[in-house]
Amino acid sequence: MWTRSDGVPSPGLNASVSPRLRGYVKVKHACGAAAIVLVGTVSLAAQSPTFGVGRPPTPEEFRDLAFAIAPDGTGLPAGSGSVADGRTVFAAQCARCHGPKGEGDVGARLVGGQGSLATPRPLKTVGSFWPYSTTLWDYINRAMPFDKPGLLQPPEVYAAAAYVLNLNGIIADNAVMDATTLPKVRMPNRDGFVADPRPGGEALK
Amino acid sequence: MKRASRSRRQVLRMGVAMGGGLLVTRSAAAADGPRTLGTPLGPYGERSPFEKAVRWRRESRTPETGSSFTPLQDSVGTLTPSSLHYERHHAGIPTIDPAEHRLVIHGLVERPISLSIAEIRRLPSMTRTLVLECGGNSAGEWAATTGPDVQRSYGLVSCSEWTGVPLALLLAEVGVRPGASWVIAEGADACRMERSIPLSKALDNTLLAYGQNGEAIRPAQGYPLRLINPGWEGNSNVKWLRSLKLTNQAYMARDETSKYSDLMPDGTARIFTYGMDAKSVITFPSGGQTLPGPGPYELTGLAWSGRGLIERVELTTNGGQTWVNAQLQAPRLPIALTRFRLPWSFDGREAVIASRAIDETGYVQPTREALIAVRGTNSIYHYNGIKFWKVRADGTVTNVDA
Repeated sequence: MWTRSDGVPSPGLNASVSPRLRGYVKVKHACGAAAIVLVGTVSLAAQSPTFGVGRPPTPEEFRDLAFAIAPDGTGLPAGSGSVADGRTVFAAQCARCHGPKGEGDVGARLVGGQGSLATPRPLKTVGSFWPYSTTLWDYINRAMPFDKPGLLQPPEVYAAAAYVLNLNGIIADNAVMDATTLPKVRMPNRDGFVADPRPGGEALK
Repeated sequence: MKRASRSRRQVLRMGVAMGGGLLVTRSAAAADGPRTLGTPLGPYGERSPFEKAVRWRRESRTPETGSSFTPLQDSVGTLTPSSLHYERHHAGIPTIDPAEHRLVIHGLVERPISLSIAEIRRLPSMTRTLVLECGGNSAGEWAATTGPDVQRSYGLVSCSEWTGVPLALLLAEVGVRPGASWVIAEGADACRMERSIPLSKALDNTLLAYGQNGEAIRPAQGYPLRLINPGWEGNSNVKWLRSLKLTNQAYMARDETSKYSDLMPDGTARIFTYGMDAKSVITFPSGGQTLPGPGPYELTGLAWSGRGLIERVELTTNGGQTWVNAQLQAPRLPIALTRFRLPWSFDGREAVIASRAIDETGYVQPTREALIAVRGTNSIYHYNGIKFWKVRADGTVTNVDA
């Protein structure tokens, strides 16, 4: 069980799917493969623990872990933030590294680049590259501002995300982001990701 | 000094006692002085002050982010000293008291648990020697093969003995609920680095490692607990592990969408490209080194594959016209650095040398040209092209395109 190196689910049926769709099918495949494995695990779930180690997490520990955000919005907390709110948050907390308009400095450039991915000089930004708006919320919340991650409260995170999305022309000037509206934002490069066609055997892929 | 002169007198006396013939010899020896004692024993070892190999840190605008590269040109054997293991950090190295640190396993499980490090260390453990390579190792080679030496062009790879608990064991302990298909791993660094790992991998061979090379994992490598995904890109081996959440979907974290995805020439990006393909590089002679003159040398270097054993390494000394099999150091271990060697006589004429790895799946390390023909030059990650070095007539070694 421990000797195999590549746990990557085989591309298998992907060959019959159009290249553009392979990413989605592959993700489902990965789930399918895991589900097959789980047939053996479900019975384990019914068993009592073998070692009895650990204790139930405390409410404090759960609260600390709460904000991992799925692309369907699972995990987003209450609160909301508008583009206008975001302009204020961004100026106070983000602009010194990312530039007043997200043009980039010490921090990554956040705007522009749409249409550049297939060119010799691709510009990968939130607007041109990121496939999910929820990732923006998750990343601002967990990792920003760079020198004080965890500083922003959920409404400020919604606001900052709203402002960055607006800078990229993805949402309107009067938009408000919350747990319902944010996951519905369709990112320009939403369909731009495909499954890994490797492992390749002798053939390079 | 006092002690030295007394010793000299003792030697003289001894010489007189033993006869005139010996006296001459003893006097000559005494001219070098007696030997001094070495330093006392110490609690924790240091290398010789004459050894200077260090990691090379790529310049970054914030000192808490960036990467430092293992000095492969100075390596011997297959293990990387923990002190020279490559680093890649996104928000600095946290200082963590293991007595305070906990791992929480939650989400789609029957019994969420919070574990101390001491509890994890009580569980059945295993040890594996595994290579760890950054997904972005050799990224500069996509654009041009102008990296001046092997450290800066191939040095985001290291090999350690990792000790820990199979994650599958703890997943059985918490009881995986139907519908779970992914494990979201989160670190305790300031940015709470996050990656989605397929449950199939977690159940196959993922380790919760607390040991590295016979001692606790170094802080820079994830102390006190690190996820180890054998054969998968370094970033998925989440350091300072604090949370494993079982979910029904990948979470599309920043470090698996915006970063660590591979942009193709058509503008699409490959996602979840965890596996590291077979790769090798000659470490001696390599860029920046100088052969003192013609004569016998040993070509040597390192090969590895994320998919298992290195089956064969072929070497060329004529720019790829002909290839010969190198000797592989035994025992070969799957997903570990494999040392290769070949005696070689440098005749004082320019030689273009390279290595080519073939792994147990039959995968052949590609040329840079073949790689670029498929993936273009903008994918950043997973570069594993053949690396050519040029040994010039004067013995200096450079990149082949330099």
